[in-house]
Amino acid sequence: MTHLLEFRNVTKTYTRGYFADAGTTALKDFSMVLDEDSPTIMTVAGESGSGKTTIAMLLLGFIEPTKGEILYKGKNIKNLRGEERMNFRREVQAVFQDPFAVFNPFYMVDHLLTVPIERFKLAKSKADARNKMEEALTSVGLRPEDILGRFPHQLSGGQRQRINVARALLLKPKVLVADEPVSMVDASLRANILESLRGLHRDHGVSIVYITHDLTTAYHVANSIVVLYKGAVMEAGDVETVIQKPEHPYTKLLIDSIPWPELDRRWGSDGMMVKEADGSDIGAKGCRFMGRCPHAVDACGVSVPPLYRVGKTQVASCVLHSAKPVLPAAQLTDVLPV
Amino acid sequence: MSAILQVRDLQVSYYTDLGRATALNRVNLDLQAGEKLGLVGESGSGKSTMALAMMRMIKAPGRIESGSVDVDGVDLMSLSEEEMRLARLSRIAYIPQGAMNSLNPVMRIGAQMVDAIRAHVPNMSKDAMITRAKDSLESVDLKRNVFDMYAHELSGGMKQRVCIAIGILLKPKVIIADEPTSALDVVTQRQVMETIDRVQKEIGTAVILIGHDMGLMAQFVDKVAVMYAGRLTEVSTVRDMFGAPMHPYAQALIKSLPNLKNKGVFSGIPGLAPSLLRIPTGCAFHPRCMQAMEGCKTIVPEVKDHSGRLVACHLYTEGA
Repeated sequence: MTHLLEFRNVTKTYTRGYFADAGTTALKDFSMVLDEDSPTIMTVAGESGSGKTTIAMLLLGFIEPTKGEILYKGKNIKNLRGEERMNFRREVQAVFQDPFAVFNPFYMVDHLLTVPIERFKLAKSKADARNKMEEALTSVGLRPEDILGRFPHQLSGGQRQRINVARALLLKPKVLVADEPVSMVDASLRANILESLRGLHRDHGVSIVYITHDLTTAYHVANSIVVLYKGAVMEAGDVETVIQKPEHPYTKLLIDSIPWPELDRRWGSDGMMVKEADGSDIGAKGCRFMGRCPHAVDACGVSVPPLYRVGKTQVASCVLHSAKPVLPAAQLTDVLPV
Repeated sequence: MSAILQVRDLQVSYYTDLGRATALNRVNLDLQAGEKLGLVGESGSGKSTMALAMMRMIKAPGRIESGSVDVDGVDLMSLSEEEMRLARLSRIAYIPQGAMNSLNPVMRIGAQMVDAIRAHVPNMSKDAMITRAKDSLESVDLKRNVFDMYAHELSGGMKQRVCIAIGILLKPKVIIADEPTSALDVVTQRQVMETIDRVQKEIGTAVILIGHDMGLMAQFVDKVAVMYAGRLTEVSTVRDMFGAPMHPYAQALIKSLPNLKNKGVFSGIPGLAPSLLRIPTGCAFHPRCMQAMEGCKTIVPEVKDHSGRLVACHLYTEGA
């Protein structure tokens, strides 16, 4: 069986100029698999600089990996040509962070929907195209008569972001990359957009890679979660276990720092000390989190800790769990639920 | 006990080509010394306008139409420009959104702090100013040597704490923080908020935290004020607000929050926030309100006291 989308030991290093010094490793030895038969919603979480947007860019084929390969239906995406390439472009769609930047202010918002219809020849006639557009807008909870024929500045951020979801829906994609889709939208509208995304997964069988720094929304949307820190996987597993019972010190810190809108869940309940991140390269060879970790020991700096199976559907890359069996990095998504 | 901050009938309009937009409509607010208030609302609800009006920093085409802002018994609106300049930072300090980008990149942190002190207390000795600045840095958990550094040598969270250190230099009675952590990741956000919390307790100043992250409010403030279309809809203690919000807008806002117990339940607020140029008649929220009645369309609800909670809604008034 071929997988729909596969990352095979992908590393991405950004270098500067011709005399490449060490460069910045934004993603290190990352593997994952999305299956066609079992669509899932996977969250990639991490703070700024953790490499989460690099994953989105790699997945969409905007940048090439330094090492490793990315396969779509068994073929390396950089070698796709002609019809295969068009299929890839149609079946892998994206919703980006900024709902303002993706619209051309000189065109009506219809433009965002008519261009893909023409390009991919999705409609037989003008009327058919119109029908398809209205259908897509309705299914994300917008009223077509409020939207079509308007200019971007006449619509709110939430409406615009939902048009983006509608555009993705129009193309009947297999994979949708949502890179921080709600971080620039008012809190009261977030729920609507996330619900549209879930509808896409539930009703149309689309696999979604949900990229975010916000674990509260991740918890609500996703089935599984991968937590990144400086390009390395810290912890992964099913979203309920990882968020309710994190095993990696970094995930613990992250989850403990979320300002939950609940009065009986206060900050600092587990009393973990936060250390300042410094620019030093502590942990460059070993665990990337070593410099800020309160549990750091010498062993952390020697080599990158492998993924230890801390639970049935949970792995953590931390020497604290070295008694547990090791999961090869390439099999990361095997433990994730769909 | 009289309030340290009393805002009365504050009204601000922006005069645009399309007409007059009322961004703040006769707002009243009281704050006790040492109290922490959260001001929440959607984009365009008037939160930042409220902050700028209290600092008298509204710029054209905006205008403060009426109202008073008393800080510790002095009405800021009656001060001359020069007196107001002195009042800023010493009576009432403002930490703007993205404050860390407001640091001067070619001046050392210390020089900027000393500048601020000199502008208010010109006859203080230079050594005393430096000591004051370094003490202030220390109180926000920064090392004293940050005094000699440039902004680019600091991380985002450290720059934000420098801005807090500047804000508390002259121990103001009221600090207004406008989304102080919106550009920071959650771990740094928590550090910055804990810093504000601690210095606030140390110098006993009142804090107004502006933002739309209800989670942050739950963790930080004592009282929450919810704004909608330039008006206050409800002011309650944080416990009342999260436990049993009264105003339908506040109820919808609380209900739309994700938490650990209601996985997969999404309830957004239907409809859109109104344009300030065309605020609906009566209660501005009535077109989106599930519990709207006939009277809501025409009669503007007054803010009424319901055993310590301030609510502007006809549901709680007799005969509407």
